[in-house]
Amino acid sequence: MKSGMRKAETGEDGVLAHVPLPQKILSGLSFPGSGLLKGLVVTIRNFAGSYFEKDRLTTEQYPEERPVLPENARSFPFLIYDGEDPEAGMRCVSCKICEKECPPQCIYIIQDRDEAGKALKRPRVFDIDISVCMSCQICVEVCPFDSIRMDQDYELSSYDRFGSLMLDKPKLLKSNTYYHRIHPTEAAETDARLEADRKKKEAAAAAKAAAKKEPAKPAEGAP
Amino acid sequence: MTEFLENAPIALLAWFLGILGSFGVPGWMLEIISALIVIGTVIGIFLGLFALASVMERKILARVQNRFGPNRVGPFGLFQPVADGIKMITKEDLVPRGADRIVHFLAPVVMMVPALLVLAILPYGRGMVPAELDAGILYFFAVGAGTEVAVFMAGWGSNNKYSMLGAMRAIAQLISYEIPLVMSGITAAMIAGSLMPSAIVAAQGGFIFGFIPQWFVLTPWGFTAGLIFYIGALAESNRSPFDLPEGESELVAGHLTEYSGFKYATFFMAEYVGMFAICGMLVTLFLGGWQAPLPFLTIIPSWAWFLGKVCFVAFTMIWVRATLPRLRIDHLLAFAWKFLLPMSFAAFFSAACWHFAGRGLVAWLLSLAIVAIPYLAFGIHFSSRFAISRRTYRFSE
Repeated sequence: MKSGMRKAETGEDGVLAHVPLPQKILSGLSFPGSGLLKGLVVTIRNFAGSYFEKDRLTTEQYPEERPVLPENARSFPFLIYDGEDPEAGMRCVSCKICEKECPPQCIYIIQDRDEAGKALKRPRVFDIDISVCMSCQICVEVCPFDSIRMDQDYELSSYDRFGSLMLDKPKLLKSNTYYHRIHPTEAAETDARLEADRKKKEAAAAAKAAAKKEPAKPAEGAP
Repeated sequence: MTEFLENAPIALLAWFLGILGSFGVPGWMLEIISALIVIGTVIGIFLGLFALASVMERKILARVQNRFGPNRVGPFGLFQPVADGIKMITKEDLVPRGADRIVHFLAPVVMMVPALLVLAILPYGRGMVPAELDAGILYFFAVGAGTEVAVFMAGWGSNNKYSMLGAMRAIAQLISYEIPLVMSGITAAMIAGSLMPSAIVAAQGGFIFGFIPQWFVLTPWGFTAGLIFYIGALAESNRSPFDLPEGESELVAGHLTEYSGFKYATFFMAEYVGMFAICGMLVTLFLGGWQAPLPFLTIIPSWAWFLGKVCFVAFTMIWVRATLPRLRIDHLLAFAWKFLLPMSFAAFFSAACWHFAGRGLVAWLLSLAIVAIPYLAFGIHFSSRFAISRRTYRFSE
């Protein structure tokens, strides 16, 4: 659509080219007042053209027509979970790096603890105040667990200044499938890296287990 | 069918009055009721046209700029005027503390009254003139000039420097353009030999060789005078490129600065009704009034032709607004006094020559020469004077 419009604009002397009206009308004539007529021809050509050439009208009629967002478009952060259960598959381990790095300090985390008071590797509270968030993506860049990513949802306006702009954990948690849908390239890259890490870890664990089973041979040639 | 549609408005009125008469309503009261119905119909139609124009203007301007324009309220956005009207009525009506309250209040009323009064003398169709005046054209211009007072009242009453400047510009512009407007309008009256609008329309009836309509606009003098009248009409109805009195880039909104709510809506309405009235006058004087352009098209009733022509002229006014930028005030006045006024004299003289040379082909050519020569001379003169050249600075270098 955009390229079609570009093409329509590049006519000779800046006048739209492929219009069914005679292109060169009046352009060779010059008499007192001919400038006014040329101007009128340009406007009427645009007027008539807007009814016949759909690519002239660049307006997106928003609620009905929605823009196809570029892949890197971002609004506010969200948390990724793997699998079906948001709580079980949550990648976040409550390391609080994002909370510390956040320039406007809009992230608020409380680590979860079991009955004994031992810290668990997951947040109990994870809030992002999107009325404060400036969409800088620093939280995404610092997260070592690929757990926080930028969302593309832009329809966030509400009648309530406080409650509905404070996103809590249930609102922030979105599935990895959703992440794949909005940022396919980035998500594939992340998944590949996580998979590689897991394999490496497994290989390392297997090697360790093997080493444990067979006590290390004494080095050959040693006395 | 044609006959029926042609006479439908008058027949409907007669039928209704007949029913009233059969109930024993006295004759003098019937006359008053008849007049009230005619007034109500005319005002209703023009206010309907205003509502339509306010949305169509926005849509046409949008289309010229390759946008959609208002298309949210109702089908194709046609209910937009309703939404605008509700908004206007419910808005707060502000009056500045320093304003002359009476003048400030009266200005929109004084603006509206002439705009509606001039509708009385337009011939809307065959035998459809609300008030058949012998000096209808004179009445039109005399009453129409009342709007100038209203504009100045608005500017003075607001007690605001921008309003005042806008009003002073408006007076300068309206008085300057009134002269070419009347001078060019007079040519049609002169050729028709009457100041009565219906007689002028009648003088443009019939066809040469059975297909060329005898509209005044198709003669050289009529074309020139019609064009001058059109330019004057643009200026009189304060429309772009002559919308200096409310030039928002320098004067906020001119005389409308201190008006809000329904008073502003009244000004707006009066401006549009005035525009349609002067379009109607242009159609009556030069575009053959309610006459059909070709003989076989007379199957379409005369009032539909009049309405169609008025809408067409109004469309061209919107088209011009979409095209031309606003003038500077001294250029504006110079254009009226140094170009339009001499050209309207030329058209006047040309019309006289056309009449006395027998209204034939020779007359046509003679009349063409009389308007074309001064036009080209003016063109050469102005283009040499205002040729694009290197700017010279008198003081700063």
